[in-house]
Amino acid sequence: MSFFKDLDLRKLGMQLLVTSIITLSVSAIGMVELFGGRYVITGLFTMAQILFLGPTAFFAYRAVRETPGSQKWLGLLKALLLGVSVGLVMFAFVWLAQNFNVRSIFINISPRLINILTFEHAGGGTTLLITLIGAALAGGALAMVPTKLRNALLLGASITLLVGLLSEILSERLRSLFSSQLSSAIFASKALLLVPAIVLFTLASAISFLRQSGRIGTGKIGPDLKPSQAKIVRTALISLFLLVLPMLLGSYLTEVTNNIGLFFLMGLGLNIVVGLAGLLDLGYVAFFAIGAYTMAALTSTGHLGLAEMSFWVALPICVAVAAFAGLILGMPVLRMRGDYLAIVTLGFGEIIRILALSDLMKPYIGGAQGILNIPKPMVGELALIRPEQMYYVILIGVAIAMFMSTRVRDSQIGRRWMAMREDEDVAEAMGINLVNTKLLAFTIGAGFSGLAGAIFASKLGSIFPHSFNLLISINVLSLIIVGGLGSIPGTLVGAIILVGLPELLREFAEFRWLAYGVLLVTMMLSRPEGFIPSEVIKRELHAGDEAEQAG
Amino acid sequence: MRDRLRNLNFIDLFLWVVRAAIVAVILVGTVKTILSNPYTLRNWEDFIIFGIAQGSMYALIAIGYTLVYGVLQMINFAHGEFFMSGIFASTSAVAIPLARAGYLASHPIPSLLLIALCSILISIAISLLTERIAYRPLRHAPRLMPLITAIGASFFWQYYFRGLFGSQVIPFPDIPQLEGTVPFLHTQVLKSHVLVIFVTLVVLIGLNFFISRTRPGKAIRAVAENKDVAALMGINVNRTISLTFATGAAMAGVAGMLYALVFHQVHFFMGFIPGIKAFTAAVLGGIGSIPGAAVGGLFLGLFESLGPSLFLQSLGIPAFNQLKDVIAFTMLVLVLIFRPQGIVGERLKEKKA
Amino acid sequence: MSKRLLALTAILVAGLVLAACGGATGGGGGSAAAFECTDAIGCVEVAAGAPIRIASALVISGPNADLGLDSQHGVEIAIEFKGDVLGHPVELQAEDDGCSAEGGQTAGQKIVSDPSIVAIIGTSCSGAGVPLAQIASDAGYAVVSPSNTAPSLTDPAQAWKPGYLRTAHNDKVQGAAMADYAYNTLGLTTAAAIHDGDPYTEGLANAFREAFEAEGGTIVAFTAVNVGDTDMRPVLTSIAASAGGAPGFLFFPVFTAECAHLATQALEVAGLENTVRGAADGCFSAAAAEAIGSAAAGMYFSGPDLAFAGDTYADFTAAYQANFGSAPLSVFHAHAFDATNMVFACIEEVAKQGDGGALLIGRQDLRDCLYATSGFAGITGSLTCNEYGDCADPKIAVYEIQNGDYVAIWP
Repeated sequence: MSFFKDLDLRKLGMQLLVTSIITLSVSAIGMVELFGGRYVITGLFTMAQILFLGPTAFFAYRAVRETPGSQKWLGLLKALLLGVSVGLVMFAFVWLAQNFNVRSIFINISPRLINILTFEHAGGGTTLLITLIGAALAGGALAMVPTKLRNALLLGASITLLVGLLSEILSERLRSLFSSQLSSAIFASKALLLVPAIVLFTLASAISFLRQSGRIGTGKIGPDLKPSQAKIVRTALISLFLLVLPMLLGSYLTEVTNNIGLFFLMGLGLNIVVGLAGLLDLGYVAFFAIGAYTMAALTSTGHLGLAEMSFWVALPICVAVAAFAGLILGMPVLRMRGDYLAIVTLGFGEIIRILALSDLMKPYIGGAQGILNIPKPMVGELALIRPEQMYYVILIGVAIAMFMSTRVRDSQIGRRWMAMREDEDVAEAMGINLVNTKLLAFTIGAGFSGLAGAIFASKLGSIFPHSFNLLISINVLSLIIVGGLGSIPGTLVGAIILVGLPELLREFAEFRWLAYGVLLVTMMLSRPEGFIPSEVIKRELHAGDEAEQAG
Repeated sequence: MRDRLRNLNFIDLFLWVVRAAIVAVILVGTVKTILSNPYTLRNWEDFIIFGIAQGSMYALIAIGYTLVYGVLQMINFAHGEFFMSGIFASTSAVAIPLARAGYLASHPIPSLLLIALCSILISIAISLLTERIAYRPLRHAPRLMPLITAIGASFFWQYYFRGLFGSQVIPFPDIPQLEGTVPFLHTQVLKSHVLVIFVTLVVLIGLNFFISRTRPGKAIRAVAENKDVAALMGINVNRTISLTFATGAAMAGVAGMLYALVFHQVHFFMGFIPGIKAFTAAVLGGIGSIPGAAVGGLFLGLFESLGPSLFLQSLGIPAFNQLKDVIAFTMLVLVLIFRPQGIVGERLKEKKA
Repeated sequence: MSKRLLALTAILVAGLVLAACGGATGGGGGSAAAFECTDAIGCVEVAAGAPIRIASALVISGPNADLGLDSQHGVEIAIEFKGDVLGHPVELQAEDDGCSAEGGQTAGQKIVSDPSIVAIIGTSCSGAGVPLAQIASDAGYAVVSPSNTAPSLTDPAQAWKPGYLRTAHNDKVQGAAMADYAYNTLGLTTAAAIHDGDPYTEGLANAFREAFEAEGGTIVAFTAVNVGDTDMRPVLTSIAASAGGAPGFLFFPVFTAECAHLATQALEVAGLENTVRGAADGCFSAAAAEAIGSAAAGMYFSGPDLAFAGDTYADFTAAYQANFGSAPLSVFHAHAFDATNMVFACIEEVAKQGDGGALLIGRQDLRDCLYATSGFAGITGSLTCNEYGDCADPKIAVYEIQNGDYVAIWP
């Protein structure tokens, strides 16, 4: 009987269920089919195979790791059971799809999917069953490998996978930075070639293994520096890196970087409103839109342009207009708290978008047809057309915003915001003027967003109301929370993950948003304080843990 | 102190100007509309009935927000997806096969009950899964974190169901027995609207009974009042919270069924806008209060239906129907400035996360 | 740890800078050109045996994905039918325009960062077309859009940029055709129009309004709904009670979901019993026909006229069915097919052939050739481009749904 107790059937059953559901899902929603022709390593395996074999291998690995050290054979048995059961489920799935017209309900269960799942064998799911068992055993076996070697192998595999995934962009970069020969020696159209993949895997694993064993990498590199000197050198290096970045990235990746920069800019502003002052704003896109439309109206050379100003003259006006809008929209919501504030600000965002879209405002801001012919910023005679040139405008904007938000955060007003976030009543009792403090947060936050909007309009050259939807507010809010509420580096990391990553994974098409959802949930569950949490939030969360333990 | 007072006075003045301006626009628009009266009595009655029918659906969805908010003080952003998932899945997997087999035409009532049951069960299943995976582990985290997982869950379910059943608009099969109108007073009302209003009333009465009279309902109220004390009283808090989600999702499942009967089509994105509208309705009525959700939904439906024609048309605004959401949200702001606790909400205790 | 990080950053930066500089010089003088490029804005060199690469930027995700996928299938079939161009295979780089301005910009940047791409087929949505046309024009590429219909895109005072052309018909053409049909054929003198705030639907509704008034008709109501609206009855009621009386013709050139709601709910609103309903090609798909269902009786749809296309179109639809498992999803596949073939014809005309089959394609030559297209026999008609890139043969038909299929009834 103790055998069954050790086996922990209930838990195993749960893992079985989860693995089967995941494997079934990636097949039935069309992910496997989409990636059926997408090789990670040319001729060897596709992303589809990673998708439908990966979960089984992963859960088998976990099952083995969770069993105590003395009973590893029991772990392997669990892995085998897992493989067999998932294999049988998928076998049944293939059989059903082959013998019934499942496609009339689930449109993505296509003959091509079945071909991919059965590895093009006409016989049905037997091959799949065997492969899944193999994947489970491989996952289980990996868990029994000594820790150092296992970590090294896992790292090597993840790096190889990552390079394979991003091979389209990497090969383009290699081609233009070095030569097309080098690029085609490593990548075939959109995948790693076999030999470079093996070399990469071996190298990465070996380096990681050696580093863990302490043979390399712990020695000192570079001269000894005092902390103050080190800081100067570091700042200089980072600045140099940021200055040459567009040359390294090429125009497309710079364009992605520019988008990240704009969202970072908005994130910095929203960080003040939500992160420091604790005011949940779901309509932040309103100020972005106001900044963009102001820029468009002031500078456009089309028939809707008012003044045909230059970008640099219009920019401060845009920021001022957006900040003023923040002040005006902030006033009605002064007395609202929490979720009332959330829905009202969301409402403001929608009101601004619908007005921009409406026939009512069409004579002034173009309605659905937007405002066209917004000129690019000029430096002397040079128009900043290319993304590599726009990059510097955004970089300057980001630098100013970062400087400002650091200064504001560390100033007296920053501490007032934080006091207000912690407890409005206590803050008021301490003599903090809630009205001023709140309005200031709204105003400064709106100004940042207006700046981002103004640059956005000029970068795009034409704006349409559809660019200012609720998703932008949600995205900005998500990125500051994923990055770490109240933390400036965290905001940058959040912007890179939530804006940059989806852009690089364009070929995921529809599943980008699915992946985005999964990412948000897993991020919050695994690191609720965000990637780079601010000190205050970290303490808060831990205080919660202690309280819970005590209670 | 004096400084502060001066500030407050200025702000109050500004708010009064805002209120007066909104009220003035509404009054002028209304008076002008009534004087020029472009509509017949029949038109006005139609507007009201359309509004009530639409508002009933908002009310049913809003209950889910309000119940969860009452218990957990969190905005369940994924609630619109609970509404979508049930009816979207059961249209594809139940209603259409039934219609193809001809059973729907020959036995409409058992078919509709079956579809409704599937819709409710799927909505409940999705809500329980979401609660277990995305919300429960974060129950003691600051309030923004479950909000983000809720947004994540919302995206996930949208595109998951899109993957399963496709991105196209899927027509809900026609039910001949529900086509056409019935006479009511001196106007004609669509049969589907009668059904919506009737079902909503029955469900709301049933819900009221469930919450106020039965043991599980009392448990929900106890947990909403104070989780710790409820736990001391022997209430299983986790199970009660799950029950709350399930109740809200069941309402959403019913709303989904009614939606399909009135609008004849479903698609994967259909939960997003009604979700936001229902959330607005819940806040409008007073979040945390079930009668508030019902009243808020009804008001929102009426504003959307009547508002553009009553307030805006005679002001000479082009394409005034486009602005119905502006009216809805402006009304929300107006109500919240006058009554921060919502139309029927109690003055909110300062609950802290 | 910071020291190691520091050293690592230093090495990384130094390496990358070197690489960047090396790359910059290498790109200029590295590859010895087999023949000299004399083109004003640059050339694409295609090595012997290498593929000729063209890019598409169409909406292939989001709610309008069917529109873009349909056009992309048209491009793919054109490539399949064509086989080799001057002995080179053709490779398609398919990008997503996201149906938004920022999506068009990113897709455009991605495409122009690849100098081996000869021409661009795209975009689907006019909003995406504006920034993409700008980027492509600045970078010297030629763009042929199979589905942009906004008048501004071929108006040099607004958004037209050198290098931009389209095989889709200008909104003004379709709006005028529908107005002509409603006023002259159906004999209706009053009309109302509804758009949904999308640039395409708004443009088309406006074009219809202008044309209908020019015919001598009266527009009694011109209003809008929002994308995602479901309850259209209040809007329809207010249209029925318009000051000029209930309209004889109600035109709503919106997309599938809203179109089906308007089409079915108009039958349930008091006062619109005698109003004829009309929609445009946004509502022209199998899904729309199914969603409208029995309400399609007495309703008209305008769209490109494919009736005269003859054998090629029959072959085309057969290939479509075979390759993608369905009838065409939307309406612009034929325009995409024609756009791609126009590009092929011009590549064949301007490419200089070198030793062993290498090609040199001048970008300005390619543009000039495209603008000079005249009497090109496509399946959407005989294409002749004007100086601002409007190439469509302006043929619009009016369809009605019979047993779930769109059947042309006019002209």
